Amino acid sequence: MPEEKKKARPAPDPNSAKYKLGEIAAKAYSDAQEAKERGEKVGWISSNFPVEIPETLGIPVCYPENQAAGIAARGAGARLCEIAEGDGYSNDICAYARISLAYAKIKEAPEQDMPQPDFLLCCNNICNCMIKWYENIAKELDIPLIMLDIPFNPDYEVSDYEVAYVKGQFLEAIRQLEQITGKNWSDERFKTVMKNSCRTSRAWLEATSYARYTPSPFNGFDLLNHMAVMVTARGKEEAAKAMETLAKEYKENHETGKSTFRGEEKHRIMFEGIACWPWLRVTSSGLKDRGINMVTTIYADAFGFIYDDFDGMIRAYCKVPNAINLELSRDKRVKLVKANNVEGLLVHVNRSCKLWSGFMNEMSRQIGQECSIPVVSFDGDQADPRNFSEAQYETRVQALAEIMASRKGDVQG
Amino acid sequence: MGIDIGSTTSKCVLLKNGKEIVGSALVQAGVGTDGPDEACRILLEKSDISEYQVDYRIATGYGRARWKKADEAISELSAHALGSYFLFPEARTVIDIGGQDAKVIALNEKGQLQNFVMNDKCAAGTGRFLDVMAGILKIQVSELENLAAQSLNPVSISNTCTVFAESEVISQLAAGSSVNDVVAGICVSVAGRVAALARRVGVKEQVCMSGGVAINGGVRKAMEQILGVKIFCSPFAQMTGALGAALYAYHKIKL
Repeated sequence: MPEEKKKARPAPDPNSAKYKLGEIAAKAYSDAQEAKERGEKVGWISSNFPVEIPETLGIPVCYPENQAAGIAARGAGARLCEIAEGDGYSNDICAYARISLAYAKIKEAPEQDMPQPDFLLCCNNICNCMIKWYENIAKELDIPLIMLDIPFNPDYEVSDYEVAYVKGQFLEAIRQLEQITGKNWSDERFKTVMKNSCRTSRAWLEATSYARYTPSPFNGFDLLNHMAVMVTARGKEEAAKAMETLAKEYKENHETGKSTFRGEEKHRIMFEGIACWPWLRVTSSGLKDRGINMVTTIYADAFGFIYDDFDGMIRAYCKVPNAINLELSRDKRVKLVKANNVEGLLVHVNRSCKLWSGFMNEMSRQIGQECSIPVVSFDGDQADPRNFSEAQYETRVQALAEIMASRKGDVQG
Repeated sequence: MGIDIGSTTSKCVLLKNGKEIVGSALVQAGVGTDGPDEACRILLEKSDISEYQVDYRIATGYGRARWKKADEAISELSAHALGSYFLFPEARTVIDIGGQDAKVIALNEKGQLQNFVMNDKCAAGTGRFLDVMAGILKIQVSELENLAAQSLNPVSISNTCTVFAESEVISQLAAGSSVNDVVAGICVSVAGRVAALARRVGVKEQVCMSGGVAINGGVRKAMEQILGVKIFCSPFAQMTGALGAALYAYHKIKL
């Protein structure tokens, strides 16, 4: 019997959200590369630095965190981590930082290239490791670093004092960027960017909210891919349009009984933490094969940047996940668990992210208690493949599935 | 039949009518060896039962997915929950320390697995830790209990890392500490590490221990002291996972 020919994958539909979002994410790199080749100054920027500032100024920027995730997902995490470790960086340091520091040195990685920076934009509302990471690159490459300090907020609300403290820094960052690049700030342009950013965010919130339906019209792992656009391009009109297409598709999926989750959705969980990029397929299959859909993550809430003016934008950046206290972080997650009929919580204890993983033991205990759901954790890493054990992951996920099945009256096993 | 294929051993239990343990076998060879087949062969021979008389086979443990003769596989969390509840119907917390992992399991009054916490990637607090330490001291793991019982002044051994603890043990011996005191310190170290996991789940009585390390009284007694509760342990502790798998097999064929 002749061997069956492998079917070629159908060409992606250029009108689909997946295609549009993929194009925007890829274009972010190619636009920056072209700008560099034209002689424009290009920056490297941390993920929670207000993207509205470079977007308004028309300054091309690249995201080392996204690049590191891409490099790790394509199998080169260990190679770049080892280069940084060879230079004396401890393997206890964030793997995104190690990959980025290595890339700044070797300047080439076929897994995901991006232009070298002329300046750096760093904001510590995501973590404090970021400060030293960017300081070291600034020193190594002898380029300016613009640093925004958004302090960890122990309160539930953002005070006017905090807004004033951060606003002074935002304005100074704009002034410095004008000086470095020769480009000028325009309030009119800012209004357009703000409008786009809010429009994209609203569409993102709408799209992710469809997980409230059972079965969910999408596989939650989609969000991990689509969020690249939320991080890098939410101030662009094409991002708003693509995200609106995504929301429309999810709505239609619900109405027609379709889903991007393949197979029967037996259980619904929330995934906590950054994806384990080097082991994405393993972590995803371990869930999918057991009919577990990861219907939501904190990212569903985190990118809801809705605001009306410059001060509102500051408040939004003062409330990003890693800059807020345990109680507020917990409440945001509890809301997602309850809104989306979540039956279990899977926590990625991410060796790279001490800040995020550090308070997860207590936070996940409180979430489990408040929502009466089982909580299971596994060790891994966002970009260093050496910190993950497939067998340990399998055991934990299987046990989680067994608990959820048992609660539905199935034989425990 | 239930088979628990661990990192260092294979355990097999045969159950009749969901209540009567017909026989059991333990082989000192685990994942990636002929240990599982050997354990089965010994069990069937001892029980005078042919392979065809076994209605359903459930595998558990790290090698559960690779053993081709299994009809199904369940996680060791569920297996230990089922096995422990069978042995101790009042059990609400199960502490299982195996060759390469430690787990604390919360059960409800029906014996159902409610939640659990496992060790991270580190080997501290597992049977492997005890193996390494016994190796340094040139003693058998089975001797640890008696030696620890004779200790007058247990030394402090790091409970954070097997590799660091190894050099600590050597330093303690070089500094003149007795083997008994070092062994007691090792048992306290394992118990301390696992007790921290137990507190995360919430310790609810009765507490019972399963897994190979449970039969080591040194660790068990240290754990009782740290947690301040009585810990129940069956002589069948090391077979608990296999027993749980056998119970699950019975539930499946009964359906």
